[in-house]
Amino acid sequence: MKLEAVREILNCRVISGGNRLGQEIEVGCGADLMSDVLAFIKPNALLLTGLTNVQSVRTANVAEVKAIVYVRGKFPDQDAVAVAQEQGIVLLATNLPLYESCGRLYARGLPGGSERVEGLSDVNRAALLSTL
Amino acid sequence: MSIEPLFCQRFEISGKDFINAGKASTTIKAILREIGIRPAVIRRAAIACYEAEMNVVLYARKAIIELRITPQEIRIQVEDEGDGIPDVGLAMQPGYSTASDEIREMGFGAGMGLPNIKNNADTLQIRSVVGQGTTLEMAIGL
Repeated sequence: MKLEAVREILNCRVISGGNRLGQEIEVGCGADLMSDVLAFIKPNALLLTGLTNVQSVRTANVAEVKAIVYVRGKFPDQDAVAVAQEQGIVLLATNLPLYESCGRLYARGLPGGSERVEGLSDVNRAALLSTL
Repeated sequence: MSIEPLFCQRFEISGKDFINAGKASTTIKAILREIGIRPAVIRRAAIACYEAEMNVVLYARKAIIELRITPQEIRIQVEDEGDGIPDVGLAMQPGYSTASDEIREMGFGAGMGLPNIKNNADTLQIRSVVGQGTTLEMAIGL
Protein backbone atom coordinates (compact mmCIF):
# COMPACT_ATOMS: atom_id res chain seq x y z
CA MET A 1 0.00 0.00 0.00
CA LYS A 2 1.28 3.46 -0.86
CA LEU A 3 1.62 6.05 1.91
CA GLU A 4 -0.59 8.34 -0.14
CA ALA A 5 -3.39 5.77 0.27
CA VAL A 6 -2.77 5.63 4.03
CA ARG A 7 -3.07 9.41 4.19
CA GLU A 8 -6.36 9.28 2.35
CA ILE A 9 -7.91 6.35 4.24
CA LEU A 10 -7.10 7.80 7.68
CA ASN A 11 -7.58 11.43 6.63
CA CYS A 12 -4.09 12.27 7.88
CA ARG A 13 -2.26 15.52 8.20
CA VAL A 14 1.30 15.29 6.85
CA ILE A 15 3.87 16.38 9.45
CA SER A 16 7.06 15.47 7.65
CA GLY A 17 8.16 13.76 4.44
CA GLY A 18 5.28 14.91 2.25
CA ASN A 19 7.42 14.36 -0.86
CA ARG A 20 7.79 10.66 -0.04
CA LEU A 21 4.13 9.60 0.00
CA GLY A 22 4.75 7.56 -3.15
CA GLN A 23 6.64 5.00 -1.04
CA GLU A 24 5.16 1.53 -0.68
CA ILE A 25 4.70 -0.09 2.75
CA GLU A 26 4.25 -3.83 3.14
CA VAL A 27 2.84 -4.33 6.66
CA GLY A 28 1.23 -2.40 9.49
CA CYS A 29 1.86 -2.54 13.23
CA GLY A 30 -0.05 -0.76 16.01
CA ALA A 31 1.54 -0.39 19.48
CA ASP A 32 2.41 2.16 22.14
CA LEU A 33 5.23 0.19 23.76
CA MET A 34 8.37 0.42 21.66
CA SER A 35 9.86 -2.90 22.75
CA ASP A 36 6.69 -4.58 21.50
CA VAL A 37 7.23 -2.79 18.19
CA LEU A 38 10.83 -4.01 18.05
CA ALA A 39 9.74 -7.55 18.88
CA PHE A 40 7.00 -7.88 16.29
CA ILE A 41 7.39 -5.40 13.46
CA LYS A 42 8.69 -6.40 10.02
CA PRO A 43 10.82 -4.25 7.68
CA ASN A 44 9.14 -1.71 5.37
CA ALA A 45 6.33 -1.26 7.83
CA LEU A 46 3.91 1.45 8.83
CA LEU A 47 3.84 2.06 12.60
CA LEU A 48 0.64 3.36 14.17
CA THR A 49 1.16 4.69 17.70
CA GLY A 50 0.07 7.14 20.37
CA LEU A 51 3.64 7.58 21.61
CA THR A 52 4.77 11.02 20.48
CA ASN A 53 8.30 11.37 21.88
CA VAL A 54 11.61 11.07 20.04
CA GLN A 55 11.82 7.35 20.86
CA SER A 56 8.95 6.62 18.46
CA VAL A 57 11.16 7.88 15.61
CA ARG A 58 14.39 6.27 16.86
CA THR A 59 12.54 2.95 17.17
CA ALA A 60 11.23 3.40 13.64
CA ASN A 61 14.71 4.10 12.34
CA VAL A 62 16.22 1.05 14.02
CA ALA A 63 13.43 -1.29 12.85
CA GLU A 64 13.32 -0.02 9.22
CA VAL A 65 9.87 1.52 9.62
CA LYS A 66 9.14 3.79 6.67
CA ALA A 67 6.39 5.89 8.21
CA ILE A 68 4.59 6.60 11.48
CA VAL A 69 0.92 7.52 11.91
CA TYR A 70 0.28 9.25 15.24
CA VAL A 71 -3.26 8.41 16.33
CA ARG A 72 -5.95 9.97 18.58
CA GLY A 73 -5.17 13.50 17.34
CA LYS A 74 -1.72 13.45 18.90
CA PHE A 75 1.22 15.32 17.47
CA PRO A 76 4.90 14.32 17.82
CA ASP A 77 7.20 16.60 19.81
CA GLN A 78 9.85 18.79 18.16
CA ASP A 79 12.74 16.39 18.78
CA ALA A 80 10.79 13.59 17.11
CA VAL A 81 10.09 15.69 14.02
CA ALA A 82 13.74 16.80 13.78
CA VAL A 83 15.05 13.21 13.93
CA ALA A 84 12.42 12.06 11.39
CA GLN A 85 13.51 14.73 8.93
CA GLU A 86 17.15 13.77 9.43
CA GLN A 87 16.44 10.05 8.93
CA GLY A 88 13.89 10.39 6.13
CA ILE A 89 10.94 8.89 8.02
CA VAL A 90 7.47 10.04 6.98
CA LEU A 91 5.26 11.32 9.82
CA LEU A 92 1.46 11.49 9.55
CA ALA A 93 -1.23 12.29 12.12
CA THR A 94 -4.87 11.21 12.32
CA ASN A 95 -7.70 12.02 14.72
CA LEU A 96 -8.87 8.39 14.64
CA PRO A 97 -8.05 6.09 17.57
CA LEU A 98 -5.54 3.25 17.19
CA TYR A 99 -8.06 0.43 16.81
CA GLU A 100 -10.06 2.16 14.09
CA SER A 101 -6.95 3.30 12.24
CA CYS A 102 -5.57 -0.24 12.13
CA GLY A 103 -8.98 -1.66 11.23
CA ARG A 104 -9.50 0.67 8.29
CA LEU A 105 -6.06 -0.07 6.83
CA TYR A 106 -6.44 -3.80 7.39
CA ALA A 107 -9.84 -3.80 5.71
CA ARG A 108 -8.23 -2.13 2.70
CA GLY A 109 -5.63 -4.89 2.40
CA LEU A 110 -2.61 -3.82 4.47
CA PRO A 111 -1.53 -7.04 6.24
CA GLY A 112 -0.10 -7.42 9.74
CA GLY A 113 3.38 -8.71 10.51
CA SER A 114 2.29 -12.28 11.28
CA GLU A 115 0.81 -12.60 7.81
CA ARG A 116 3.88 -11.35 6.07
CA VAL A 117 5.40 -14.02 3.89
CA GLU A 118 8.93 -13.13 2.85
CA GLY A 119 9.46 -12.53 -0.84
CA LEU A 120 5.79 -12.66 -1.80
CA SER A 121 4.57 -10.08 -4.28
CA ASP A 122 1.46 -8.00 -3.51
CA VAL A 123 -0.66 -10.00 -5.94
CA ASN A 124 0.31 -13.33 -4.41
CA ARG A 125 -0.12 -12.03 -0.89
CA ALA A 126 -3.65 -10.83 -1.64
CA ALA A 127 -4.48 -14.32 -2.91
CA LEU A 128 -3.00 -15.89 0.20
CA LEU A 129 -4.85 -13.52 2.51
CA SER A 130 -8.17 -14.28 0.84
CA THR A 131 -7.77 -17.92 1.89
CA LEU A 132 -7.32 -17.05 5.59
CA MET B 1 43.76 -15.12 21.65
CA SER B 2 41.05 -12.89 20.23
CA ILE B 3 40.87 -11.94 16.57
CA GLU B 4 41.99 -8.41 15.76
CA PRO B 5 38.87 -6.42 14.80
CA LEU B 6 38.69 -4.60 11.46
CA PHE B 7 36.80 -1.85 13.18
CA CYS B 8 36.37 -0.79 16.79
CA GLN B 9 34.55 2.18 18.26
CA ARG B 10 33.32 3.12 21.73
CA PHE B 11 30.30 5.16 22.74
CA GLU B 12 29.57 6.66 26.15
CA ILE B 13 25.97 6.47 27.32
CA SER B 14 24.51 8.42 30.24
CA GLY B 15 21.61 7.17 32.33
CA LYS B 16 18.41 9.29 32.20
CA ASP B 17 19.62 11.14 29.07
CA PHE B 18 16.31 10.61 27.31
CA ILE B 19 16.89 13.13 24.50
CA ASN B 20 20.00 11.32 23.23
CA ALA B 21 18.75 7.82 24.02
CA GLY B 22 19.17 5.71 20.91
CA LYS B 23 21.71 7.98 19.21
CA ALA B 24 24.60 5.55 19.61
CA SER B 25 22.55 2.73 18.06
CA THR B 26 21.55 4.99 15.17
CA THR B 27 25.24 5.83 14.61
CA ILE B 28 26.21 2.16 14.80
CA LYS B 29 23.53 1.34 12.24
CA ALA B 30 24.95 4.01 9.91
CA ILE B 31 28.49 2.61 10.36
CA LEU B 32 27.33 -0.93 9.52
CA ARG B 33 25.52 0.38 6.45
CA GLU B 34 28.61 2.24 5.29
CA ILE B 35 30.75 -0.87 5.68
CA GLY B 36 28.30 -2.72 3.46
CA ILE B 37 26.90 -5.28 5.90
CA ARG B 38 23.74 -7.09 4.69
CA PRO B 39 20.54 -5.15 5.60
CA ALA B 40 18.98 -8.10 7.49
CA VAL B 41 22.08 -8.35 9.69
CA ILE B 42 22.19 -4.58 10.23
CA ARG B 43 18.56 -4.57 11.35
CA ARG B 44 19.16 -7.33 13.91
CA ALA B 45 22.29 -5.63 15.26
CA ALA B 46 20.54 -2.26 15.43
CA ILE B 47 17.51 -3.63 17.31
CA ALA B 48 19.65 -5.55 19.82
CA CYS B 49 21.94 -2.56 20.36
CA TYR B 50 19.05 -0.10 20.73
CA GLU B 51 17.34 -2.26 23.35
CA ALA B 52 20.61 -2.50 25.28
CA GLU B 53 21.19 1.24 24.99
CA MET B 54 17.65 1.98 26.22
CA ASN B 55 18.20 -0.34 29.17
CA VAL B 56 21.21 1.77 30.17
CA VAL B 57 19.32 5.06 29.82
CA LEU B 58 16.29 3.75 31.71
CA TYR B 59 17.95 1.74 34.48
CA ALA B 60 21.70 2.40 34.82
CA ARG B 61 23.94 5.37 35.68
CA LYS B 62 26.24 5.18 32.68
CA ALA B 63 27.79 2.72 30.27
CA ILE B 64 30.29 2.18 27.50
CA ILE B 65 29.09 0.52 24.31
CA GLU B 66 31.90 -1.06 22.33
CA LEU B 67 31.35 -2.05 18.72
CA ARG B 68 33.86 -4.47 17.20
CA ILE B 69 33.60 -5.81 13.69
CA THR B 70 35.70 -8.79 12.66
CA PRO B 71 35.63 -10.61 9.31
CA GLN B 72 33.20 -13.12 10.91
CA GLU B 73 30.91 -11.13 13.14
CA ILE B 74 29.67 -7.95 14.78
CA ARG B 75 30.36 -7.89 18.52
CA ILE B 76 28.63 -5.36 20.76
CA GLN B 77 29.54 -5.09 24.42
CA VAL B 78 27.54 -2.89 26.77
CA GLU B 79 29.17 -2.46 30.15
CA ASP B 80 27.15 -0.40 32.62
CA GLU B 81 27.49 0.96 36.12
CA GLY B 82 24.19 0.53 37.87
CA ASP B 83 22.06 -1.50 40.24
CA GLY B 84 22.61 -4.78 38.40
CA ILE B 85 19.98 -7.46 37.75
CA PRO B 86 19.20 -9.63 40.80
CA ASP B 87 17.63 -12.48 38.78
CA VAL B 88 18.80 -12.63 35.15
CA GLY B 89 16.59 -15.66 34.42
CA LEU B 90 13.51 -13.70 35.44
CA ALA B 91 14.61 -10.64 33.46
CA MET B 92 14.89 -12.86 30.35
CA GLN B 93 11.21 -13.86 30.59
CA PRO B 94 9.14 -12.04 27.95
CA GLY B 95 6.81 -9.58 29.69
CA TYR B 96 8.71 -9.42 32.98
CA SER B 97 9.54 -5.81 33.85
CA THR B 98 10.48 -3.67 36.84
CA ALA B 99 9.74 -0.45 34.92
CA SER B 100 8.22 2.55 36.67
CA ASP B 101 5.16 4.39 35.33
CA GLU B 102 7.53 7.11 34.10
CA ILE B 103 9.42 4.57 31.97
CA ARG B 104 6.17 3.14 30.57
CA GLU B 105 5.00 6.62 29.63
CA MET B 106 8.14 6.86 27.50
CA GLY B 107 7.06 3.77 25.58
CA PHE B 108 9.33 1.27 27.31
CA GLY B 109 8.99 -1.30 30.06
CA ALA B 110 7.11 -3.89 27.98
CA GLY B 111 9.34 -6.60 29.41
CA MET B 112 10.66 -7.39 25.93
CA GLY B 113 14.10 -5.76 26.09
CA LEU B 114 16.37 -8.67 26.97
CA PRO B 115 14.20 -11.22 25.07
CA ASN B 116 14.43 -8.96 22.00
CA ILE B 117 18.21 -8.80 22.32
CA LYS B 118 18.42 -12.59 22.63
CA ASN B 119 16.16 -13.10 19.60
CA ASN B 120 18.20 -10.78 17.39
CA ALA B 121 21.71 -11.78 18.44
CA ASP B 122 23.32 -15.12 17.61
CA THR B 123 24.89 -15.25 21.07
CA LEU B 124 24.22 -13.24 24.21
CA GLN B 125 26.09 -13.35 27.49
CA ILE B 126 24.95 -11.45 30.55
CA ARG B 127 27.07 -10.88 33.63
CA SER B 128 25.51 -8.86 36.41
CA VAL B 129 26.61 -7.94 39.92
CA VAL B 130 23.94 -6.41 42.13
CA GLY B 131 25.03 -2.95 43.25
CA GLN B 132 27.76 -2.70 40.61
CA GLY B 133 26.40 -3.18 37.14
CA THR B 134 25.66 -5.37 34.16
CA THR B 135 27.67 -6.34 31.10
CA LEU B 136 25.98 -7.63 27.97
CA GLU B 137 28.04 -9.18 25.23
CA MET B 138 26.31 -10.02 22.00
CA ALA B 139 27.53 -11.32 18.68
CA ILE B 140 25.86 -11.40 15.30
CA GLY B 141 27.45 -13.45 12.55
CA LEU B 142 28.05 -11.84 9.17
